Amino acid sequence: MLRVEIFKQLGEFSLQVSFASDGPVTGLFGASGAGKTSLVNMIAGLLPPDRGTIAIGSAVLDDVNAGIHVPAHRRRIGYVFQDARLFPHQSVRQNLLYGQRMNGLADDPAELARVTGLLDVGHLLDRRPGQLSGGERQRVAFGRALLARPQLLLLDEPMGSLDESRRADILPYLIRLRDEARVPMVYVSHDAEEMRQLATQVVMLSRGRITAFGGPELLPSASNA
Amino acid sequence: MLDLSPAEWTAIALSLRVASVATLVATPLGVAVAWLLARGRFWGKPLVDALVHLPLVLPPVVTGYVLLLAFGRRGWFGGWIADHLGIMLAFRWTGAALACGVMSFPLLVRPIRLSIEAVDQKLEQAAATLGAAPWRVFLTITLPLAAPGIIAGMVLGFAKAIGEFGATITFVSNIPGETQTISSAIYSLIQTPDGDRAALRLLMISMVIAFAALVASEWFARRALTRLHGN
Repeated sequence: MLRVEIFKQLGEFSLQVSFASDGPVTGLFGASGAGKTSLVNMIAGLLPPDRGTIAIGSAVLDDVNAGIHVPAHRRRIGYVFQDARLFPHQSVRQNLLYGQRMNGLADDPAELARVTGLLDVGHLLDRRPGQLSGGERQRVAFGRALLARPQLLLLDEPMGSLDESRRADILPYLIRLRDEARVPMVYVSHDAEEMRQLATQVVMLSRGRITAFGGPELLPSASNA
Repeated sequence: MLDLSPAEWTAIALSLRVASVATLVATPLGVAVAWLLARGRFWGKPLVDALVHLPLVLPPVVTGYVLLLAFGRRGWFGGWIADHLGIMLAFRWTGAALACGVMSFPLLVRPIRLSIEAVDQKLEQAAATLGAAPWRVFLTITLPLAAPGIIAGMVLGFAKAIGEFGATITFVSNIPGETQTISSAIYSLIQTPDGDRAALRLLMISMVIAFAALVASEWFARRALTRLHGN
């Protein structure tokens, strides 16, 4: 259960959002500039809210009144960025195991094999990010976030930097991730079709405010999207 | 041409020792200061910036004299350091290393600072979401990605330290075997009636060292870049 109730002023723009969601995949849907990325950054702990609270289950991550702000590195929230942000000086294997190393988790070859199998990146382990295609890079980024054993996975337009055909290649992996990884996700997108295939709950965001909250049926149909 | 006298060899060895110690001691400090200047947000940052660059714009003789006032036997800190750390600085090679370190510090810090500024902070954020505490982000992401700049800074600093003259001779004088580096040996030789040939020899040596340092830095920087991006 993810509970968010925050206010944040960002220059001229203000973000005031309040929702609680419990689906396997909560979709954050809205045009660019709606405040989706700022909201996700706040959930990740990269951007502190001005007012309000963020909590997962009974764990309070932010409570401005109580002076609580758990730093990003202690939240155990995975984050897949639009631009994969793989570490260029490390091999794919080192990238994948980075979270395990930083969180002091035990070596788990079975888990590594499972995740690399799920994402089809087993043959890339010894390459550098610079030698990967955009789609491969994004798949490694999914794996890297997953292998840190997060309690929640944030996906901020993970296909935003890919062209149409690559997106079609990645989407099945995301669906597999949703059905097999058993980590609740927040999925950000401005693409209604993509969202319909993935999200189980949808938060509609426009200019920093929630306009609707409910099931995927809220999404605009393909004809008028 | 290369039949150097023992005194000349002593000056060369001393120069290398002084510059190496100066660079090795100054580098960790330089990385810390570069990081503060690149990423820190604190009151008085322009002041720290100016202080770091001061040796670049002050006459070296002034820097040397300030060092003498501060680290001389009866200086502000000199006595304390000698009593508590057992390190004598005034008129010793250690003092020469200090003078060289101070004089080369701005040249050391600048490339490191630029390379830290060039490290994508988005990568550091990604590392934080993967559970890395700030100091581990620094060690595993920022530092390796800034490595080419750190090497460049070290080489520049070393080259400057090898050639340092004004502050060194002011602070620790020109004592053969203790504080007489290549530069001060050349200076002494030019003052001597028949010293021209010997001065020329040392001059050639110092050019070879400087050239070798530049070639080495190019090689190291290339290697670091390859390591960073994978062929």
